[in-house]
Amino acid sequence: MHPAVLGIVTIVIGVSACLTYFWGSNLLLDKVIFPPRGPNAGRNINRANLIRPWLFLFPALFALTMYLVYPVVETFRLSVTDRDAGNAFVGAANYTQMLAEPKFWEAMRNNMLWLIVVPAMSTAFGLLVAQLTDRLSWGNIAKSLIFMPMAISFVGASVIWKLVYDARPAGTDQIGVLNALYIWFGGTEPNTWLTIPFWNNFFLMIVLVWIQTGFAMVILSAALRGIPEETVEAAIVDGANPFQIFFKIKVPQIMGTILVVWTTITITVLKVFDIVFAMTNGQWETQVLANYMYDKMFRANDWGVGSASAMVIMLLVTPILIWNVRNARKEMR
Amino acid sequence: MDNIAGTKSGLSWAVNLSVVFLVFLWLFPTVGLLVSSFRTADQIASSGWWASLGTQELNNPAIRLSGEEVAEGDIFVVEGTLFPDSSPTVLAWGTSSRATKAFGPGDTAELSKGRTVTVDAEGNFRMTAEESQEGARLPRVFTTTSSPPEFTFENYQLMLFDDSNLEGMAKAFFNTLTVTIPATIIPILVAAFAAYALAWMDFPGRALLVALVVGLLVVPLQLALIPLLKLHLGIGIGKGYIGVWLAHTGFGLPLAIYLLRNYMVGLPRDIIENAKVDGATDFQIFTKIILPLSFPALASFAIFQFLWTWNDLLVAKVFLIDSTGSTTVMTNQIVELLGTRGGNWEILATAAFVSIAVPLAVFFAMQRYLVRGLLAGSVK
Repeated sequence: MHPAVLGIVTIVIGVSACLTYFWGSNLLLDKVIFPPRGPNAGRNINRANLIRPWLFLFPALFALTMYLVYPVVETFRLSVTDRDAGNAFVGAANYTQMLAEPKFWEAMRNNMLWLIVVPAMSTAFGLLVAQLTDRLSWGNIAKSLIFMPMAISFVGASVIWKLVYDARPAGTDQIGVLNALYIWFGGTEPNTWLTIPFWNNFFLMIVLVWIQTGFAMVILSAALRGIPEETVEAAIVDGANPFQIFFKIKVPQIMGTILVVWTTITITVLKVFDIVFAMTNGQWETQVLANYMYDKMFRANDWGVGSASAMVIMLLVTPILIWNVRNARKEMR
Repeated sequence: MDNIAGTKSGLSWAVNLSVVFLVFLWLFPTVGLLVSSFRTADQIASSGWWASLGTQELNNPAIRLSGEEVAEGDIFVVEGTLFPDSSPTVLAWGTSSRATKAFGPGDTAELSKGRTVTVDAEGNFRMTAEESQEGARLPRVFTTTSSPPEFTFENYQLMLFDDSNLEGMAKAFFNTLTVTIPATIIPILVAAFAAYALAWMDFPGRALLVALVVGLLVVPLQLALIPLLKLHLGIGIGKGYIGVWLAHTGFGLPLAIYLLRNYMVGLPRDIIENAKVDGATDFQIFTKIILPLSFPALASFAIFQFLWTWNDLLVAKVFLIDSTGSTTVMTNQIVELLGTRGGNWEILATAAFVSIAVPLAVFFAMQRYLVRGLLAGSVK
């Protein structure tokens, strides 16, 4: 079948199946199983109301369980078994094998660098732009332009930045702006920036900072707007200069939001895959965990070690997960 | 701060200038790619895109003279033009690869065996020799030329509308669309019902389920790849559109439920209770009241999910693209082009922009909802 037809048919079937399910199951509950009439009308209504939430929730819960909860468990199981040995239990063998690989440690080191640099830079730039554009007449246009990279795919961003980092042989005109500037400022040999070990990590991080700054800016900008005017006015009356107002009055008041932005970007960083995959594919010492995992699972076909590295990512996310859940529960009360 | 005497002008200048600078910095890379996608391959390779509006100076590869030999008195002459297809201006030329700019237009170069070559500014050359050059190899000429800036739609023509181009993006564009639309619509529907139950229905375990959803928000989808692929292969879906739709639905649900629930909780209680008093069932309340009122939240999530599925590479690579590659999506196609056509920027830039254009249009058209969704999703 032609994919477009398949797509349309799926939308129609999916949507109508969903609607039929919700409508039909409610109807069944109200009209057949517990009809709100006859001698037991009251009891029936109560019973129907006990069941109804689960009718509404069932498809979502089912999908969540199948697509997120079960995989976590299954990945853990795979990480302690060996596929080649008929899925036999091997204990921590996959983990020890992984820990013995220099590539893994390279990925860990780089991931830690990413975790420090990207959230810090994105949040800082986001805060800077949010503050600078706050009272600007054309602030909204500026913000929307800086926000724009959010819509661009990681792969698209990789192409965009590869052009920036492009290098041509010495003596010819440079078409990558970084090398053009480098030569213009007196450099002699153009650099292939993405192949300089260690520093190339930062050239990759810039791409993500470029994307995530807009996100940080939007949220921090809203937080800045939410600061009560009186606190700022009081500081002005007391003779505070603009920098003091920003660092001593505004930043402390939006600390909670800064933390949320920071953790959200941290999670994005932990999952970063496309940028490294498209730009260097982990060569020249730029490996990161997500790409390492992809390498293990789909190139080396080593599900054990691949799952083990996926569990490492999960482990790194867990503190944020717990923190988020606790915050959410606090709000519920 | 605007109303304090004395602090305004200097600081406000600094603020304006730094914002201009930051915006410039943020736009520069993207504009570079956009401009490059409209330039010819030659021009991209010879000058930076920021110089594309000026005249283009090109160091051309060597051109071997050729033409009909004519005897003029006792010398033999070959005349012709170096550039039959275009009309650049010759700035300098040379006859040896070590001195490509040795002569200006109109100069005459003396070569061995009594030969001379003249090249004028229009690229017409005249070679003279004392003996016939019939059958011999004529000398080569290296030129540096300038030509007016040239922009073209040919790259897009080639990448989108040329059926014979196997690297074209048309098919991938179409595949991406096929992935995206069902993967956006289906989770909204499923999540909306669940969100309503979590927001407005009372049942034991509700708080726990909300916590579960919040927890699942951050679970890396990397964990899901192998188990789900195994599952899909096991139940016979295999790699294909159905698999990728299901996967995107599953991965998008936590955010969808979270966003929609947060929004629905904020709806006024009165409306819902009045409807209940009037005898409306939960199903009616949901479809007639909650769903229309929740439109902004639905739009927010729809944009998120659309951008996310459109821009996704990993899920498509694992669940959709099989070894035949007939279902490749644009992101994957671009990564492959990066591998095979690393230096051909006219192809890469165009391919990337074809895939970027749609999300950008959606972004600028629906930015309001996107911002609202972001705020609801992270600050609440």
